[in-house]
Parts: sequence; C-alpha cells; structure tokens
Amino acid sequence: MTLTEHLPILIIILPLFAAVIMPLTGVVNRSLCWYFTVVVTFLVFLIALSLVCNVMEAGRISYWLGGWKPPWGIEYVVDKVSALVLLVVSFIAFAVAIYARRSVEKEIAKSKVPLFYSVYLLFITGSMGVTITGDIFNLYVFLEITSLSLYTLIAMGPKRRALIASFNYLILGTIAGTFVLIGVGYLYMVTGTLNMADLRVLLPELYGSSAVLTAFAFFTVGLSLKLALFPLHIWLPNAYSYAPSVVSAVVAATATKVSAYVLFRILFTVFTVEFDTSVVPVTYLLIFFSSVAIIMGSVIALSQTNIKRMLAYSSIGQIGYIVLGAALTNELALTGSIIHIFNHALMKGSLFLVVGIVVYKTGIDDISGFKGLGRKMPISMAAFTLGALSMIGAPLTVGFVSKWYLAIGAINAGMWFLVPVILVSSILTAVYFWRVVEKIYFHKADEVEEIVTEYEVDGAGCACKRFEAPLTMLIPTFVLSVLCILFGIAANIPAGIASSAAKMLLGGGG
Amino acid sequence: MNIIYSPLPFMAILSSAVAVVLIALSYKRPNLREFWTIAAGVAKFCIVLSMLPEVLAGHVIEFSLLEVAPGLEIAFRADAMGMLFALTASFLWIVTSFYSIGYVRSTHEKKQTRYFMAFAGALSAAIGVAFAANMFTLFIFYEVITFCTFPLVAHKETKEAISGARRYIIYLLGTSLAFQLFAIFLTYSLAGTLDFVPGGILAGTGSKAMLTIIFILFMAGITKAAMMPFHSWLPAAMVAPTPASALLHAVAVVKAGVFTVVKVVLFIFGVDLLKELGLGTVLMYFASFTIITASIVAVKQDNLKRRLAYSTISQLSYIVFAVALLSPSGITGSALHIVIHAFGKITLFFAAGAIYVRHHKTKVSELDGIGYAMPFTMIAFTLGALSMIGVPPLGGFISKWYMFLGAIEAKHIPIIIMLAASTVLNAAYFLPIVYAAFFKKAKYGDASGGIVTGVQEAPGMMVVPLVLTSIGALALFFAPTIFLDLARIVVASVTGGG
Amino acid sequence: MIETILGKYNYWIYIALMMIGFYAMVAKENLIKKVIGMSIFQTAVFLFYVSIAKVKGGTAPIEWHHSHLYDNPLPHTLMLTGIVVSVSTTAVALALIIRIYKAYGSIEEDRVLVLEKEGGKGE
Repeated sequence: MTLTEHLPILIIILPLFAAVIMPLTGVVNRSLCWYFTVVVTFLVFLIALSLVCNVMEAGRISYWLGGWKPPWGIEYVVDKVSALVLLVVSFIAFAVAIYARRSVEKEIAKSKVPLFYSVYLLFITGSMGVTITGDIFNLYVFLEITSLSLYTLIAMGPKRRALIASFNYLILGTIAGTFVLIGVGYLYMVTGTLNMADLRVLLPELYGSSAVLTAFAFFTVGLSLKLALFPLHIWLPNAYSYAPSVVSAVVAATATKVSAYVLFRILFTVFTVEFDTSVVPVTYLLIFFSSVAIIMGSVIALSQTNIKRMLAYSSIGQIGYIVLGAALTNELALTGSIIHIFNHALMKGSLFLVVGIVVYKTGIDDISGFKGLGRKMPISMAAFTLGALSMIGAPLTVGFVSKWYLAIGAINAGMWFLVPVILVSSILTAVYFWRVVEKIYFHKADEVEEIVTEYEVDGAGCACKRFEAPLTMLIPTFVLSVLCILFGIAANIPAGIASSAAKMLLGGGG
Repeated sequence: MNIIYSPLPFMAILSSAVAVVLIALSYKRPNLREFWTIAAGVAKFCIVLSMLPEVLAGHVIEFSLLEVAPGLEIAFRADAMGMLFALTASFLWIVTSFYSIGYVRSTHEKKQTRYFMAFAGALSAAIGVAFAANMFTLFIFYEVITFCTFPLVAHKETKEAISGARRYIIYLLGTSLAFQLFAIFLTYSLAGTLDFVPGGILAGTGSKAMLTIIFILFMAGITKAAMMPFHSWLPAAMVAPTPASALLHAVAVVKAGVFTVVKVVLFIFGVDLLKELGLGTVLMYFASFTIITASIVAVKQDNLKRRLAYSTISQLSYIVFAVALLSPSGITGSALHIVIHAFGKITLFFAAGAIYVRHHKTKVSELDGIGYAMPFTMIAFTLGALSMIGVPPLGGFISKWYMFLGAIEAKHIPIIIMLAASTVLNAAYFLPIVYAAFFKKAKYGDASGGIVTGVQEAPGMMVVPLVLTSIGALALFFAPTIFLDLARIVVASVTGGG
Repeated sequence: MIETILGKYNYWIYIALMMIGFYAMVAKENLIKKVIGMSIFQTAVFLFYVSIAKVKGGTAPIEWHHSHLYDNPLPHTLMLTGIVVSVSTTAVALALIIRIYKAYGSIEEDRVLVLEKEGGKGE
C-alpha cells in the first residue's frame, strides 16, 4: 500500500485533524495558526491536483473505507466531475487562506482567530467529503459538517446582524439537510443500499414506486434550498453580506457549487436522465426556476447599493446558470454548467476578495465607496474590472465560455428561447457592474474625510495617495482574476475536462 | 487565390497593443509617450502596407492564433476587404496622432496618458476587426473597441460626459450582447462554423424564417453602424475630445460597425442567399430611411460636431445601402465609400477641432467669416464637405458614382431618386457653413473681445494633418486605383467570379 | 382503509411530528421555540428511520441464532450519526441565540428585527 492509494481519504483526514489541532496551536502561538492553515490547504490542493492527474490517466478511482467492499462499506469515488470540483474547492480554499491573514486580523477578535481557522478547515473537510463520497448517507453527514461550520463562520461577521443571518441560515439549512436525510431514508427503504453506484443499478426497476418519487422530491427541494435556487434563495443574501469578507469569498466561490455538484450527482448518478425527463419531468421545473433565477437575480442585484449584497444576488443568478445547464440534459449544456462551476468560483472569488480588500482598507462596503479607487488601488481595481468583465461574459473571459456552451446547448435542445434569458441577464449584469466600474475610474473620490483614520495608521498616507492592500491579500486576488482571463483564452483545458465529465454524467454514472 | 500563412496580420494588431503598455510605462515623460504613439502608428502602417502587394495579387494572408474552445478560434485573415479598412485606419491613425498631440497640448487635457492608451487600444481592435477571419474573432475586437473607446468618450469626466458615455456603452454593449451574440449563437448552431467564407456559410442550413431572424438580429446587434433606430449613441459620444471623435467616430468605431455589416452580408449570408430571402431590399430601404432622416436632422443642428455626427449616421448608411444592393457595382461603391468617407469626415472633424482650439467656437451660427481667420482650415473643410456631397473632382464622387451604377444594375430605379435627394440634403447642411465662413461678415470676437482681423490659425500640429487629409480626399478622385483594385477583388470573390 | 391508517401508525406519527416541527421552525417568532421545532422535526426523521428498520416479528440482531427474523440494524446506527448531527446543530443554534440575546437583548425575531432597524438594544 503506497501513499498514493490513500490520497482520497487523506484529502479528508488532513484538514479534519488540522481543524482539531488548530485551537491547541492557538494556545502555543496564535500567529502560527495562519501558517498552519496555509500549509494544510496547500497540501489539500496538491492532493486534489494529483487526484485529478490520476483520474485523467487511469479513470475512476474507488477507495474502500476500512477495506470494506461496497455496497456494504463506504466508498469514496473520484471521477472526472468530482476531481474537478475537488480541485476548484481546494484551490479557492488555498487562495483564500493566504488572503485571510490580514482580513481576519481586522474583522475577527484576536482570541477567536484560532477557532476561525479551525472552523475554516472543518468547512473544507466537509466540502471535500461531500464531493468525494460515493455513499449517500455519508454525503448527508458531510453536507451537515459543511453547513454547521458555515453557520459558525457567518456568525463571526463584524456586524451583529450576522448573527440573525446565521440563525436564519441555520433554520433553513437544517430543513434542507433533513429533507436530504428523508430522501436517503426512502431510497434505503426500497433498495436496502446506500451506495450511489449500487442505487443506480437497483433503482430503475422501482421507478414506479411512490417511495422513490417521494425520495426524489425531497432530494430536489432540499438541495435546491441548499444551493439557493430561486425562490429558495432567501437565506443567501444576508449570509453573504454579513459574513466576514473572507467567508463571503469562500462561500460564494465554493459552498453553493458543492451543493450544485450534489444535485448533479442525484440527478445523473443516482437517478438517470430518463427518470429526470420522462418519469418525473423535474427538468422542466428546474429549467423554469433557473430561468427565473437568472433574471430575478440580476434584476434584484441592480437595485442594491451594498456591494456584497449586489454580488450575492448576482450569485443567485449565476446559480441559475449552473442549474439551467444541468436541467437541459444535453452534453453541451451540461459542459457549460460544469465549466461554470469552475468559472464562477474564479470570478466570484476574485470579486469578493477585492471587496474584502476595499473593506479592509476603507471600511466601506457600499458601492459609493468605490469612487475614485482606480487611482488609489490600481491593482485591486484592475482585478475587480477583470472579474466584472468575466461576469458580464465579455469574450476572452471565462464567463463567455460558460455562456457559449449554455447557449449552444439550449439551442441544440430546441429551447432557443432560453438564449434571450441568458443574454438579457448578461446585459443586466453589465449594467450593475458597469455602475461600479464607472465609479472606480470616472468619479472623483468624495472629499469627505470618511476613512482617513483607518489607514493613516497603516502609514499609507492621505486619501489622495495610493494605498494598495498588503501583498498577502493582493496576490491571491490578482491570481484569481488573471485566471479568469487565462482560462477564458485557453478554455480548451477546462472545457475538455468538463466535456468528458458531462459525457460521463449523461452516459452512465461510472 | 493562394493562401499565405504569416503572422503579419497579427503583428499589425499587436504593434499598437504593445504601444498601450509602453505609453502606460512612460506616463511621466510626455514626449517619450507621444513618440511611442507615433512609432506604433508608423510601424502598424508599414506592416499593413507590406501585406498590400500580396493582397493586390489576389492572395490571402492567414494566421491562426489559438483555439479558445472547440469551434471558437482566434484567427486572422488579411483579404482585400480587410485591407481596405486596415489601410485607411492605420494611415489615418498616424495623421490623427499628430493632430491629437497638438489638440491635447493646446487644450491642456487631463489624463493624457489614459487618452493615448485608449486610443492605441482602440486602433489595435479596429485592425483586429479588419483582419478577423471569423465572426468570433470579429466579435471580440468589436467589444474591445467599445471598452477602449469608453474612456475617450467619458474623458472630460463631467456629468454630461459620463451620461453620454453611459448611453454610449449601453447602446453598443447592450445591443451587441443581446442581438449580435444571439445571432452568433444561432449561426454557429446552424452552420457549425463561424468562418468568413466568400458566398456565406448559412445557405441551406435553416428555414427561411430562422435565417430571417438571424439576419435581423445581426443588423440590430451591429449598432456601431449607427442605423436608425439605434443611432443615438453617436451624437451622445460627441462629448469626446475632437480628435477622438474624428478618428473613432468617423473612422475606427463606426467603420468597424459598417465593416461588420458588410462582412455579415457578404461572408456570413452571401449575396445569393440574401437575394433568395429578399432581405437585401429590406435592408436597403432601412438604410435609405436612415440616410434621408439623418440628413434632415443634420440640417437642423447648430452644434457643429453634432451636425457632423448626424452626417456620419447618414453617410454610414450609404455604405450599408450600397452593399445591400447586392450588385457588383454596389459592393464596389460600398467598399470605396468606407475609405472615401473616412478621409472626408476626418477632415471635417479636424477642422471643427481646430476652430474650437483656436476660437472656442462650437456652433455653426458662430462661424461667420471665419474663413479669413483660418484659411487653411476652412479650405480643407470645404474640400471635405464637397467630397461628402459627392462633387467632382473629389473622392466622394467616385463612390457615389458606383452606387448609382449599382442601383441601376440591381434595377432599383426609385432608389436613385433617394440618392439624388440625399445629395441635395448633404449640400443643404454643409454649404451654408462654407458660405458663412467665406462670404459673411465676421461678427464674433476673439478671446480678448476684439474683432478678429488677421490670420489666426490653429497650431501647425493640427493644421498640417487636416490639410493632408483633405488632399487625400482630393487625391482619391484622381488615383483611386489601389482601393478600386481591392474593391474589385472583393467583388470577384463574393459574387463567385474569383 | 383502516388497515392503512392504523397498520402504519408509526409513519403517521412521524409525519405528524414532522409537520409540527416544521410549523414551529417557520412560524414561531421566538428563537428558542424555533429550535424546539427543529428538534422535533429531526426526531421525527429518526422515528421514520427506526420504523423502516422494523421487521415484523423480528428480534434484535444479536439473537439471530434463535430466529430467522431480525430487525435491520443499519438504520439504527445511521440514526446514531443523525442524532450527533442533530445535537451539534442544536448546540450551534443555542450558542447563536445566546449571542443574539447579548447583542439585542431579545430572542423574539420580530423584536430583534425592529431593534436592528432602530439600531438600539432592548431593555
């Protein structure tokens, strides 16, 4: 047994143990915690990277926990889809971890910093677990680990409103989680198995059974709530906007993506495409709701004055894209959907990180706070502009690639009327981002001395001078936004993976 | 027809993109910064020129940069049509650069570095449009132009400038995302490719209704061509500094728009398909409507730049109209008019800028007698105006002549009356300015309040370029050979003769 | 008919409990009552799992030498994990409520929202 064989479990165990040790580390030396987190997330990223390489070479990896043979033992599965999601999540987690140091110092009480990193790692553990597991009950447990750590992270937000946001999320998240649990129960009741691959084999004979239908309904509603599909999105805007900046970034970039991934798994791996389209026409419902989400998310984002809220509503629209691509159930659209998981993580991640920098530097999270920042923070604002261009879907950015696949997929599915939905939302996106970009570059900063006290302490001088963020914040932000362009130009790489992942999902799970 | 594989088209685009970086780096040294602009302009022009003999010999120069995703390739192709546009744009950029330097230094504009950066970026993108080998590449550069010119329109950062710029970007970005991109999606899913092929790629791929929808989407999406009712961004963009208006809103931006229309008509749909669908005639009538209406509006404008803007709207529709005739002479006229209008209109804008810099006049009604104060400027203006009207011996006559021929070839006799009427209207909005400048008594004061007597020309950096372009407008009548040859190659390839 | 109602009474109880819990979670203003609802909601699901594990006439699996029928032990073990999740969730929720009480001085949701708008702290 070599170490390579154990990578699928190491990717879970490593952050889990680190999370446990973290508070102890904090007792020894509080400043060690950050280094420790960065090292752990980096290792997790490396593991994910090597898993991706292995999968691309050798195909599906199946890891039997404790050597128990599935379907009796718990099985961890790394295939093309889960490898891609693992990579995205671990990369974002690593980038944000680097970024976190200064932002956390500023926004979170000193005594709680070790706990923050502990919960942060726990969140990564959960996300990794949800992605990698091939056991449906194990999936529920990891989903709850992710959610519980998220509630805590959000509650650490600087404003007291964060507490209510977190509590409301907890209530709705628990409802969603319990729905998933009920779904698992019904499936177990009729099949007697918890292994996803096994379920796929056993279920088709039982498609008429009302227990299966009930299970499917609970799964769909529960997961839609988790991934904030309109109109089940109400927890999301508050959770995103009151959380600490670091948490907003990592949640927006990964949490809903992981839930979307679970939805894919249920729709295409546990059940089959035929079930989704003909036995229960859930895809039509999903198409409808995701279209509404795309439009409404953008429309509501238009009216926001708080930048974090604006980005949150924009996320609701973007989640619509991801679900839409899956609901169209053809290869191109699903490729668009999978690639959008990747792309949206990059662009939303970089945008939220820029917002975090602005909050760190000026303490303002209102759009008007961006006035004249183009001069003062040229690099962060360039990153924001690149992220915004990607969100709009300008060609040569990642946003365009996703939209291209989704639109061609929609036309191929004979639903060309969905193209205007995508395009109209692009325009709305352009409007609400352009507002900000215009403020950055073409408005003079307010002369009011609103913020001077904050950063004069940093020795950055007066309001008229440049005051870029520290490098630990700047580099991850900029790398993410440059990747938005890089993968928009060299889209063949992610598109290749996504397209073979889509083929696999539609073709038969394995 | 041979295909030559060479990175020259890409280098032509890259030359000014590199300049953007160099300009940004030398923001502290204005002279070095301006040197980069000029150097990039000359380099670009030389590269374009070096491709000319091959293209004139009927060859095509291709370069494929990379494939973004399956079916989405960034590739360049220098053909006769692209050459026409690229030659004009790159030559006029050099001239405009000198003029710009004179202008921004006389008016002490702020943020000159951003101005020159945006300018160089926009020019890169314009050449990118000219040499795009497929609709995807063209779309990229089409959008890049929009983003690069936004800082130019918003340059003054006043409320008016920002609201103008906002309208500019909403119109250009909004319609291209909503309609043009939609059309591109549909085209790709029908044809399976986005390559520009002489004779079109859409023939026989979809139902008549579908193709009609795609065509309408394309025409509505290419707002840069300023066809009514999507024209109002152009007058709004006139808040930009005059050199920007001159090059971008008489040449690079709007010509990129009509160039795209021509590309779509000839290389996506193809002459035969459009004839079969009967869409050429529809487009022709739309263009005719814009020609006449914009001319009438132009007559009423008192602000000189706005009058020029409406004149541009009308003249652009000539190009669309001529290509929509779908006859060989019509296409020739259309291609030629891209060049000829550029020279004429840029002269007019330069003159307007010179008047503003020297005498701070922006209104037509204030120009009485100015011909004596600024003789070179106003003579050049007159030449430009006459070219716009289409009076021999100026370039404008040649393109109009081919349009007449085209209309006759296409057997659209009523449309000839439209052409005649629009010529009268052109005269109606340009000649009064010329008349006032030379034959009315001066009744304005200069900055010090006294009556202007002697010659008070704008700085040489501004006057020399505008005289040059007016000579260009004149020369195009006597020696249109190169452009005519290029236009003939285009016609030969798209009508199946080549 | 009566058979379906009475014969599966455990399922009916599960559904009834679930609805009660769900109602409390959504409709109650008091945050503690919401948490109580949440616990009922989750416990109902445990009941459901235990119900599906029951085999008629089955015994505990350790006695399987004596009888061929025994209950399925797996759902029981699953629910041990479920209970752990439930307890953790409740703990986090209660901790949040304490923090909310400290910050606002109230645990009535409507009151807290009013306080948030006014920016003050309750009595």
